[in-house]
Amino acid sequence: MNDAGSFPVFSWNLWLDIQQMLQYEFMRNALLSGTALSIVSGLVGYFVIVRHQAFAGESLSDVAFTGAVGGAAIGINPLAGMLVFTVAAAVAMGAFAERLSERDIAIGTVLAWVLGLGLLFLTLFSSHVSGTGTGFSGVTVLFGSILSVSASQTLTIVLLSAGIMLVVSTIARPLLFASLDPDVAAARGVPVRLLGLGFMALLAITVGEAVQAVGALLVFALLLLPAATAQRLTTRPYAGLWLAALLAVCFTWTGITIGFYTGLPSSVCISLLAFCVYIVTVGLLTMRPLFNSRPNAATI
Amino acid sequence: MKPVNSAAGGATGNGETGPVVQVAGAAVRLGGRTIWEHVDLEVWPGEFIAILGPNGSGKSTLIKAILGLLPLQAGSISVLGQPARRGHPEIGYVPQRRHFEADVRVRGRDVVRLGLDGVRWGLPLPFVQRGRARSFEKQVQDVIESVGAAAYADRPIGELSGGEQQRLLIAQALVTHPRLLALDEPLDSLDIQNQQAVAGLIRGIARDTGAAVLLVAHDVNPILSALDRVVYMAGGRVAVGTPEEVVTSETLSKLYGSPVEVLHASDGSVVVVGHPGEEEVFHHDRH
Repeated sequence: MNDAGSFPVFSWNLWLDIQQMLQYEFMRNALLSGTALSIVSGLVGYFVIVRHQAFAGESLSDVAFTGAVGGAAIGINPLAGMLVFTVAAAVAMGAFAERLSERDIAIGTVLAWVLGLGLLFLTLFSSHVSGTGTGFSGVTVLFGSILSVSASQTLTIVLLSAGIMLVVSTIARPLLFASLDPDVAAARGVPVRLLGLGFMALLAITVGEAVQAVGALLVFALLLLPAATAQRLTTRPYAGLWLAALLAVCFTWTGITIGFYTGLPSSVCISLLAFCVYIVTVGLLTMRPLFNSRPNAATI
Repeated sequence: MKPVNSAAGGATGNGETGPVVQVAGAAVRLGGRTIWEHVDLEVWPGEFIAILGPNGSGKSTLIKAILGLLPLQAGSISVLGQPARRGHPEIGYVPQRRHFEADVRVRGRDVVRLGLDGVRWGLPLPFVQRGRARSFEKQVQDVIESVGAAAYADRPIGELSGGEQQRLLIAQALVTHPRLLALDEPLDSLDIQNQQAVAGLIRGIARDTGAAVLLVAHDVNPILSALDRVVYMAGGRVAVGTPEEVVTSETLSKLYGSPVEVLHASDGSVVVVGHPGEEEVFHHDRH
């Protein structure tokens, strides 16, 4: 959060405004880490939608909460605790729930247990360390605090994101094949199971990162809304993939800027912006046939 | 045993002499139950073969064994002279399927394209290897036109009808110019008009490309006139031959081990009646 009291004044001279923002180290860290984690959120989010794993993504954000609080409670780096715990949970989810029909039940079962554990950790943590100097609290994990990301955290996020981008661009094509058409992909020699497990691990790391920016409760905004908007705008898969990443970056930059000049939490700005753009996109695309003289006949 | 053809896989157009698929004394066990055994079958280039039989008789299992997706309990299966294995590039496969869900917002064209390059790692980069990219695009366009799907190939596949999706999936299986097309109940979820149209399409493909077609069918009638041979599976056993030889009261009664009657309607379609546990193998649907 920036200091309460007097907020910087937005001058509508964009060049000056950007210079003003970049004077602050916390803003440079926020924009850099926000860019890195937005790109991977967009890329991974695209596949979350194609694979119908929105529920798994949502669940992992709760797991990430428990991981972060647990890490803090036992005194290790919250980001590390969160990543380890989330990846482990994601791989377990993928491994135990082979068939689609069983997946919801398996995830729900794990989730109930994990959230209880998170609450326990939160209790332990609050009674142990009150008013810590680390800038860490349960509220931070739930709602995100990208403006308080440190330089070393920024480096971690950038490196992790670069790794995920590399992996996603390597496996994108077989993963798309395995997601759309698992039977044919398996027959053609694509390692469908391995890709599924690997993707769950990628999703876990991405959720863990995105929790930094928008928090466990709003992680969906960054993971799903840019990808959902991109899929409305284009049906070309690779274009959609990169458009999702681009939209996520735009939402994050704009959200952080609005937060900087208004004092509103940037996670809220990012989420609301992503939501509004999605609604407007869907609205415009839905209304478009009304203006066409020759409506597209919907086929079943 | 058949001499291994060293040119298998790479050669095109030079009269291959061996069978496309050779199944010898094969048996499959799944979950402690023998699905079928003593299966012998040779599929020759250009043949159109239907795999028939009641639910649970192992029709899809036979296709999966030929694709190398299931281990054999006994015997052997070879495809173009090589042992059956996963990812054989000369087999086009259309699995038994549910439809693409309505929210799948990917163009039909891209689904077809995955049949060509979906197994490759890495992303297709723009401006790199433009020659190959263009040749891939042309192959995809050609195969889409050959199945008559050009009008809707650029729409999201989830929004298309079952028949339109089926055509695009057949195009996906055909895009690599396979020498064997394995289709698992491709007509099952279609209405009568689409059944006729897709059956005609498959018939034309077999004739034009010289590919062998193995087609699992619930109802033989839409394809009866085009079939070279049928594989009838029931009770863990298999009968192979021309439709006239196999789809008879005598052969099927022996296969089921109980009296079965094959009735011939005046329009040439057949109905199998009287076997236990299966009321409508070849239900007669046409008006």
